[in-house]
Amino acid sequence: MAKREYSYYPGCSSQKGASSSNLMKSVDTMCQELDIQLNEIPDWNCCSASIGYASGSELPRLTLSARNIALSEEHNKNQEIVATCAACWLATKEAAERLKEDESMFAEANTALAEAGLKLQNTTPIKHMAEVIIEDIGLDEIKAGVKKPLEGIKIAGYVGCQTNRPFGIAGESFENPMYLDHLVDSLGADSIPTYEKKVQCCGGALAFSEPEKSQEMIKGIIEAAYDNEADMIATPCPLCQANVEIYQDQINEKYNTKFNIPVVYYSQLISVAYGRSASDAALDGQLIKAKKLEDIAGK
Amino acid sequence: MSEVAEKKFAAYICTGCGIGDRLDTGELEQTASRDGRMNVVKMHEMLCNKEGVQMIRDDIANDGVTHAVIVGCSRRAKVEAFDITDIAMTRCNIREAVIWARPDTDENKKTTQEMANDYIRMSCGEIKQMNKPSPSGQQGRNPNVLVVGGGVTGMTAALEAAEAGYTVHLVEKTGALGGHVAQLHKRVPFKAAPVGTPNSPDANLPMPEDTGIADMISAVEGNDNIKVYLNSTITKTSGAPGRFSVDISTESGDTTTENIGSIVQATGFKLYDPENLPEFNYAGSPDIITNLEMEALANAAGDGPIKRPSDGKEVTSVLFVQDAGQNSSDEDRLPYDSGIGDLVSIKQALYFKHHNGDGCDTTICYNNLRTPGAPGEDFYRSGQKNGVIFTKSDVKEVTPGDSLTVKMHDKILDEDAEVKVDLVVLDLGMVPNSGPDPYAANEALEGMSDEERAEELEAQEAHAADENSIKVESILNLDYRQGTDLPHLKHGFTDSHFICFPYETRRTGIYAAGPVRRPMDIRQAMDDATGAAMKAIQEIENAAQGRAAHPRVGDLSYPSFRKEGCTQCKRCTVECPFGAIDEDEERYPQYNESRCRRCGTCMGACPVRVISFENYSVNTVGAQIKECDIPEEWDEKPRILVLACENDAYPALDQAAISGVEISPWARVVPVRCLGSTSLSWVTDALNNGYDGIIMMGCKRGDDYQCHFVRGSAMANERMAKVGDTLESLNLEPERVVVEEVAITDIDRAPQLIQDMADTIEKIGLSPFKF
Amino acid sequence: MSEMNKAMIEQYRNSFLSEVEANVEEGEWVKMCMQCGVCSGSCPLGKHWAHPPQEIFMMIRAGKRDEVLTSDSMWMCTSCYNCIVRCPRQLPITHIMHGLATYAKKLGLTPKNQPTAKFAEIFWNNMMKKGRVNELKLGLSLYFKDGFGPGIKEALRNKDLGMKMMKAKRMAASEFFGGHGVKDVSGLQKMIKKAQELEDARMKKFD
Ligand code: SF4
Ligand code: SF4
Ligand code: SF4
Ligand code: SF4
Ligand code: SF4
Ligand code: SF4
Repeated sequence: MAKREYSYYPGCSSQKGASSSNLMKSVDTMCQELDIQLNEIPDWNCCSASIGYASGSELPRLTLSARNIALSEEHNKNQEIVATCAACWLATKEAAERLKEDESMFAEANTALAEAGLKLQNTTPIKHMAEVIIEDIGLDEIKAGVKKPLEGIKIAGYVGCQTNRPFGIAGESFENPMYLDHLVDSLGADSIPTYEKKVQCCGGALAFSEPEKSQEMIKGIIEAAYDNEADMIATPCPLCQANVEIYQDQINEKYNTKFNIPVVYYSQLISVAYGRSASDAALDGQLIKAKKLEDIAGK
Repeated sequence: MSEVAEKKFAAYICTGCGIGDRLDTGELEQTASRDGRMNVVKMHEMLCNKEGVQMIRDDIANDGVTHAVIVGCSRRAKVEAFDITDIAMTRCNIREAVIWARPDTDENKKTTQEMANDYIRMSCGEIKQMNKPSPSGQQGRNPNVLVVGGGVTGMTAALEAAEAGYTVHLVEKTGALGGHVAQLHKRVPFKAAPVGTPNSPDANLPMPEDTGIADMISAVEGNDNIKVYLNSTITKTSGAPGRFSVDISTESGDTTTENIGSIVQATGFKLYDPENLPEFNYAGSPDIITNLEMEALANAAGDGPIKRPSDGKEVTSVLFVQDAGQNSSDEDRLPYDSGIGDLVSIKQALYFKHHNGDGCDTTICYNNLRTPGAPGEDFYRSGQKNGVIFTKSDVKEVTPGDSLTVKMHDKILDEDAEVKVDLVVLDLGMVPNSGPDPYAANEALEGMSDEERAEELEAQEAHAADENSIKVESILNLDYRQGTDLPHLKHGFTDSHFICFPYETRRTGIYAAGPVRRPMDIRQAMDDATGAAMKAIQEIENAAQGRAAHPRVGDLSYPSFRKEGCTQCKRCTVECPFGAIDEDEERYPQYNESRCRRCGTCMGACPVRVISFENYSVNTVGAQIKECDIPEEWDEKPRILVLACENDAYPALDQAAISGVEISPWARVVPVRCLGSTSLSWVTDALNNGYDGIIMMGCKRGDDYQCHFVRGSAMANERMAKVGDTLESLNLEPERVVVEEVAITDIDRAPQLIQDMADTIEKIGLSPFKF
Repeated sequence: MSEMNKAMIEQYRNSFLSEVEANVEEGEWVKMCMQCGVCSGSCPLGKHWAHPPQEIFMMIRAGKRDEVLTSDSMWMCTSCYNCIVRCPRQLPITHIMHGLATYAKKLGLTPKNQPTAKFAEIFWNNMMKKGRVNELKLGLSLYFKDGFGPGIKEALRNKDLGMKMMKAKRMAASEFFGGHGVKDVSGLQKMIKKAQELEDARMKKFD
């Protein structure tokens, strides 16, 4: 396998001790296995996610992302930027596109960047880690490296919103993307291609500000997974993972349900399938333990 | 020379396409010579190939064959190979109608062979009653096209015909060419934005453009092939395609008579009268204007801003009331929508953005926004891009005042609103400039009791006699027995075969084009005019050769009647859907070959059966009915006669067989030109001969008819209402005779109808009339 | 209240539309909406919107300035991008909703105690301090957004959750004292200040 190198934008929630540190750790493991080298963008900043808009208006937000791209262009020359968080990817890619379309905005962003001694070229492609797996590497190659097929695990592939829209993976439909199911199959597990909530919104950032409204939607996502007899839910998105996993107790309390379904990252699936340990796959980071994965990892 | 003495009948049996494998060809040959009494019977393994066709040709040339039956595939297959017009010829279908319609199994072998034998007998019977058709020679080639109406439609038709080398007489009622379009400031753009134009608000989108009418007028005026008559109308049209004689009269009364080959009627439309819409107060303020007045206002603005009529104040806000008086179920309002009014209003709103600046508020109150045509959606976006406000709303009332107050209900926000504006433009509908409908009087009488009928007739007469009553003026002044103008289709629009053949009216050689036929915009009218001009040219050439027009294009046969037998009942003259038959001085029917479409409706109508075509008559079909073998009752093999319209039902049955749908072995299908040609005597004869059931398959009739001859199947249906009496007198069950509407797509349904009849017969028993 | 929101708006006039075009992110797209309603039907929290996106666009065109800017509706946007990918006219609906929210907030028209508006503010301020989000502080301040009393209750309700997160090493107490941040905080803050200035200079006044 040829070595691949990318400029890496981890994002706030994937930092050590943050809510999706398990994503970060399992991505590390996965990249070791897939011979991917991630070079963290030095001194990267928050992208302001999909909630920053209310206080930070358009240009300040675009400038935040522009700073990350500029830093990458300066320090990680000629490397495509890769993000693991859907919101980070979206904000960065959107900023890059908007600044490409609007010259005056591009000029103003650079004026602002100059205050921090930076300059944006804006020629760098911005990728999601899922694109690296599906497009750059390809599922055939992924499949070839599987050491411990995830046999006997039925997995609801939950793609969510922002990994899927508005950009998504090339060639996939917005209404029913299939790549996550195909990945699940490649790893030897059983996918549920008809999982009806695969692109349902979990509430995103509004899970904090509008917990009840959001939890009603999360309930639907979990219910459908149970209806399809899934053993666990897998997702590429840190916010999806957190929202669907951590509120299960509160939902149980409110709706009198007995939800207790693990929600894992695709990177954890790959790590285990490639024969790595439970702790390398950051399975200890699960609030709801993914027993079946742990068993395979322990074998 | 005596034709009878020289008749020589031949049957050519093809054994190709599996016919030889499925059937006993020796038996077929025997049937043709013994039962069919053919002088010559020949077989060929692939009759449609060069050699096979040459064999027939040689027999005609060297052996004096005058009548031929080609036994093989359907008359709809291999039409070009068997294009034999120098003798009488018919096709006998044993491929689609027999071997393909029946399963290839041993137990079916016998009935399949019987079917084929029957069809051969029937065709041999038919050919004996046929003669080679020859044109009447009633008219020669007349390359003059008359175009009535000098608007964009008429001028386009004139230019197209002139460019093709025909001479055009263009008659315009007013003093100038150009019609409505000449009054427009700009036109809706003709072209959509280039492919790949983004959806963004700064995309480059089409804008109103020059009407191009000035160029068109000078092209017409400068064309040597076009003669323009201004301030003129048609005061008389007599004759038929290829030999019309048309009086063109000026206001002052000077009349020129021209010989004309064919006619295009492009008389356009007028606007609906806004005075009929009290809620919009058209009469109440000069600032409430029609969409046409809006054009004048824009023209008057020159390079400056558009000003309102009342006081010349520069307009800062304008509101468009879409569909004013259209799409309404109220009497006196238009039940239809012009369809193009939204495009027009977008265009006019853009006038304001151009002349009065972006700050001028332009609001379009629509109900359903319709922007037909390729550039439609882009033009809508163009309006949006330039800041035209679109609101889905009902305008309830417009009240005059210093500025106009518009009360409306916003249907998206579901709330009432009141807006003050400088100018209100009413989107009024298009009303066709048709002549009086020749059938209106008859239609008014439909379904009335005798008393009501008498009353209505009296009222009609009084109206006609009253000098002050408003009468629709005739446009063509045809001196046809069936009225002065083209029949109407719906809502006063001039006839056209709406489902398949636009431009074709029920008056052969006269083609309607443009908004007189249905509401349309400039682009569509120009396309329409081109189509109509092509039809007019085609008809000139057809008439010159005595060939039929649509839908039996090229047919050389035409109907004639035996004067000695005619009772002058006038049924033929009344029922002919095309007004082809006039009356002569002795009150006998007078046929006009080139007006005739060869549908045979007159033939079916004639109570004394004196009307016939050389190759299609009461006897040609009667012989087919008679020559079919009717098995003895104890054979328990019913016979079902299917009279199938050649245009839809017959091809549907062919297609069924091609697709492997089985057809009952009891069926004997006889193609008819139109169900309208069905003679009651065929039904009576068939019942008397021992057929167990009869199905008549014709096209859909009524308002949304699909009949190629428009009224043929309706006429047949009326006529067959009388079949009940026949059945009763024979003491037969009424279920034995049915009339069905069959479309060309009914490939499962048509065979099923036959099967249903077979089932019915099984239930009620075979006919007792088997001798 | 700012000068801007005093404008007298007449109905079905272009004035509010022009204001939106000038001052709201992607506002120039609003006029291109063809009122098909696909966006409204696609919105996950749709039933909680007093005026779903289609209606908001019509209201803007009808000149309903106050009703739009004081509305709770656009704060219901979860940024799911469902509407964007489905809109036949390709309107950037999500961004327009964000833009309207931002603009309303700038004018001080946001409904009182709008939870998402508050959360967004807390989030932004949290981020601006160090250039990265401190989830623990964000969480804490979120619980206390409605004041001290309700905050304790909220915090207690989520206490179990917090403990579990810490155990899973997905929440670090150390974050409370310092935690993550960018090195060039001052550069970043200067940059954002500049960006804000540039943007404010672009805003048009409507009165
Ligand atoms: S196409 Fe007709 S004529 Fe030709 S071989 Fe077949 S049946 Fe015979
Ligand atoms: S009824 Fe048909 S066949 Fe007879 S004259 Fe009229 S058009 Fe010709
Ligand atoms: S229908 Fe027959 S009998 Fe009657 S007028 Fe015509 S030709 Fe004569
Ligand atoms: S095709 Fe489009 S416009 Fe027509 S009904 Fe369907 S969704 Fe509506
Ligand atoms: S992005 Fe916002 S407005 Fe659009 S569908 Fe999602 S929640 Fe609704
Ligand atoms: S989907 Fe797009 S065009 Fe349709 S109502 Fe929403 S914004 Fe307007």
